[in-house]
Amino acid sequence: MFMSKLLAVLLLLAVVFGALTGRMPEVSLAAVSGARQAVELLISIAGSTCLWSALMEVMNRSGLSARIASALRPLIVLLFGRHGRDEQAAEAISQNMAANLLGLGSAATPAGLRAAARLHELSQRDRIPPDSVLRLIVLNTASVQLLPTTIAAVRASCGSQSPYDILPAVWAASIISVCTGLLAAAVLRRVWRKP
Amino acid sequence: MSDYIVPCLILFILAHGVLSGTNVYSAMLDGAVKGLYTIRDIFAPVLIMLTVIAMVRASGAIDLTAHSLAPLTSPLGMPAECLPLALLRPFSGSGALSVGSEVIANAGPDSTAGRIAAVMLGSSETSFYTIALYSACIKLKNTRYLVPAALCADAAAFFASAAAVRLLMGS
Repeated sequence: MFMSKLLAVLLLLAVVFGALTGRMPEVSLAAVSGARQAVELLISIAGSTCLWSALMEVMNRSGLSARIASALRPLIVLLFGRHGRDEQAAEAISQNMAANLLGLGSAATPAGLRAAARLHELSQRDRIPPDSVLRLIVLNTASVQLLPTTIAAVRASCGSQSPYDILPAVWAASIISVCTGLLAAAVLRRVWRKP
Repeated sequence: MSDYIVPCLILFILAHGVLSGTNVYSAMLDGAVKGLYTIRDIFAPVLIMLTVIAMVRASGAIDLTAHSLAPLTSPLGMPAECLPLALLRPFSGSGALSVGSEVIANAGPDSTAGRIAAVMLGSSETSFYTIALYSACIKLKNTRYLVPAALCADAAAFFASAAAVRLLMGS
């Protein structure tokens, strides 16, 4: 429903503004050229998307993804404390984090939901507010991605000299974003006293 | 330096696959086809959003919004072109990809604004979608401080993107 309303508002904006500024011919032309651009964009990024998807499949089958997940275990104990030592929770969280790092959104979500369900269960058992669940969701809204392949493909299709030269900047911005999210959650938790 | 990351990573993934006795070639064939499914899944939303956003841009509304907000954000290093992207990012993934690729195409992929748009896309997520999905799945009734914390993370990602591009890429 939200998307339908957003589209309606954006179209209204385009028509009203186009009429006021006398740019209706351009708006009308954009309806056709925008659709063409979308198809061109998707075709130009398809090759790179398929290549990375192929490499991800190799990582999953060779056990490299699982190794990355198990390397994340100490970090999980650090972030989730006692609940991070729960075998079932730690396994799901590490899969979720590894899939996010590798940019596998479709694999990250099921593992993340499993982790959230288990953490929720643990906090109900201990009769404490589900702060660990909220922490997991914050981690997922500010996901750290090692290889933003889609964006690199978009840059390449626009003629970038070096589409992956943004990597260090993406990593720096992601880490700042995740730390800010976790810090904000830790501070706001004390302010939000009502459970 | 960054020229080495991708070729070495590909070599490492394939070498690890071969050494661990995986049938690398058949995994790659299956994986490449899965990539086409990803494209299929984002095809319709990107087509619709890019068309509508191209119409809004042609009407002059995006430029006007960006220029009127620019005095507030340019002291913080955020180019006016990237503002519509920052506003849409928490709500819609396909919308943000569409607006972002428009900025990258118009400003140039190796320009400061184009790079900042790319880093913004790479370092943030569709927060409201993620929150809605998780809280619906585990029937979490009270999300308490979750939305403000997630929006803090997004805001930090945007300003950190601008700062990181200027500091690390010298543009």
